Amino acid sequence: MTIKTVPDTRPERDAAPVAELPRKRRRAGLNGSRWAAAGFAAPLVVYLLAFYAYPLIRSIDLSVHDYTVRAFVQGNAEFVGLQNYIDVVTSPLFGQALGNTVVFVVGSLIFQYAIGLALAVFFRNSFRLSGILRALFLVPWLLPLIVSGSTWAWMLNSDNGIVNSFLQAFGIGQINWLTSPDTSMIAVIIANIWLGIPFNLVILYSGLQSIPEDVYEAASLDGAGAWRQFWSITFPLLRPVSAITLLLGLVYTLKVVDIIWVMTSGGPANSTTTLAIWSYREAFGTGQPDLSPAAAVGNILIIIALIFGFIYLKMQRRQENS
Amino acid sequence: MITKKLRAPIVVAVAALAVGALAGCTGSGGGDAAATDSAGGTYTWWDPYPQHEEGSDWANRVQACGTEAGVTIERTAYDTTSLTNQALLSAQEGTSPDVILLDNPAVSTLADTGMLTTTDELGLDTSGLDANLLAAGELDGSDYGVPIGANTLALYYNADILTAAGVDPASITSWSALSDALAKVTAAGHKGITFAGINTEEGSFQFLPWFWGSGADLTQLDSPEAVKALTLWTDWVKQGYAPQSVIGNSQNTSWEEFITGDFAFAENGTWQVDSAAKQSFATGVIELPAIDSGVAPAPTGGEFITAPVQKDTSRYETTKKIVDCMTTPEGFVETANTFAYYIPPTSDGQSKLLEEHPELTTWVSAVKAAKGRTSDNLGTDYPLISEQLWTAVQSALSGASTPQDALTAAQQAASAATNGK
Repeated sequence: MTIKTVPDTRPERDAAPVAELPRKRRRAGLNGSRWAAAGFAAPLVVYLLAFYAYPLIRSIDLSVHDYTVRAFVQGNAEFVGLQNYIDVVTSPLFGQALGNTVVFVVGSLIFQYAIGLALAVFFRNSFRLSGILRALFLVPWLLPLIVSGSTWAWMLNSDNGIVNSFLQAFGIGQINWLTSPDTSMIAVIIANIWLGIPFNLVILYSGLQSIPEDVYEAASLDGAGAWRQFWSITFPLLRPVSAITLLLGLVYTLKVVDIIWVMTSGGPANSTTTLAIWSYREAFGTGQPDLSPAAAVGNILIIIALIFGFIYLKMQRRQENS
Repeated sequence: MITKKLRAPIVVAVAALAVGALAGCTGSGGGDAAATDSAGGTYTWWDPYPQHEEGSDWANRVQACGTEAGVTIERTAYDTTSLTNQALLSAQEGTSPDVILLDNPAVSTLADTGMLTTTDELGLDTSGLDANLLAAGELDGSDYGVPIGANTLALYYNADILTAAGVDPASITSWSALSDALAKVTAAGHKGITFAGINTEEGSFQFLPWFWGSGADLTQLDSPEAVKALTLWTDWVKQGYAPQSVIGNSQNTSWEEFITGDFAFAENGTWQVDSAAKQSFATGVIELPAIDSGVAPAPTGGEFITAPVQKDTSRYETTKKIVDCMTTPEGFVETANTFAYYIPPTSDGQSKLLEEHPELTTWVSAVKAAKGRTSDNLGTDYPLISEQLWTAVQSALSGASTPQDALTAAQQAASAATNGK
């Protein structure tokens, strides 16, 4: 059902003149009654404070105190400043978790984006059943993660998994996908790529709709082949959409917990422990909730995501200026 | 666009929604108030059994104990992990329920926060209880709850496979005997043994019988005995006696492997007794062997009945009645029957249960030999040590490091986490 609405979305540049009208009207209303304006804004402000500001502040609060389980109940956690962050960063697990996070994010993003873009270009030429096919590609998005995660874990099972029995049919020996520290990261990346393709496909496909058809016609009159058209028209004109797709993908992938947790719980031997998994495990994965270090790791993740957000904004501003 | 005609009904609908939402708020607020209101005659009860719904045998039994004490019980079920978190949150808010049934390793963690009453404060008689089971709820010399039943691990076997391979289960009383048996069944074309080596508490739970069975101690993870235990598991995987999947197996997945009928042995718990009886192949169960001879202590599982601290101490009297009702010998047997996998924690209860179910003899004796994970006054240090232990198991099984290196690293991390204790 999502497919029908996709072509209607337009990138911001086209939408700008349309947005002009309501903005003017709103300005007139503001002079009329400031109270009404405040009243209308209040629910949003309350919502933002309750669901965005408070959790963020609470998370920072958790990370600068030493919240043991006892302190959590009695509410007398000792203020330790940045000690939790220092502990986290100097922990032997930090380097490994950071490395794993980089591998996981970069590996996932490159393939999600490349495959998503290839599929989007492929579906640009409408053909019979293309709608249904495109809808089928969205299935990974619709499945509950616990289902897809368990199914992947089951398919990649060392002894009875379908992937290994397929490989063995071609004479390739048993690969211990999830139980060997050498391949477990590849296994969870493969699952995560599969999960991320629909998202990339949908956004990039809608981006393609905004590239005018006549550009392609002109190009083909000039004798440009499909390959040339892609690199000279599609790819450059899609750059703003690609940037936002990659940024959103980065933020989503940084905080992925569920798929890894279901498939390997960060193991074996921490080989799939990303920062997000580490944070989750500290807080909820052991018998003893360690909320302070968990919050510290979580906040480090937020900072990493923010850095990339700023890089994106800077890139966008430079593009607008040029 | 909203037309004028539509506007009035929409306003009504929105108003109705708002009122409904507000009513919902006060509704739940009322529930919380009941928890602390002594005159209400309603006592709150939390347990980790969401599979037993309202109207089930278990729910009725809880309610009956309330009726006997002259109050109504409001029962809420959470799954095991969220129960601990909910309990912590409610204690922070000062709205603890009157009774919580807690998974035993969580008892000392919560007791350490000061949110649980001791059995002395409540005036409970714990003299009849098996000391090894009670110890799991002990912290600094005080008991913080009463086990309502216990389960533990033992070694299930596929009798058809063992007979065909010529292995007598009764002869398996040491590690070498078990390894010989595994060699025989795998030579006969079957799979050997399955267990759960997952990197969660379940992994430690399953490894502990071998760890303790070698004579190792949780305060010294890298002792030579501990290395022997981990080497045993690692060799099984290396030699193909155990499948690669044990590294990621939970106890459920491991059990599913066993009930395919391909495996000769499975390390699993009391809760699978019913399932084992239902299989198309003949099954049996023996106690887990220790390194040289005899039985290895397996960790105890099962819930404790605990009473969180209340502002209004006059509630304890009724709470005690409810707890007493659950912990009579008849009560224990009834609990055991309701769950089909609980061994009563008292000798009286155990002999009553055996009269009804003589086939549970192995389990009663396994529970008697079992040991609490938080015993030896490890208390709140246990979860920290356990995390390092399962990490070491994972490292060794997956070949990332040798058993010796894995356990040395685990001991270093564990003593850092527990401040050198």
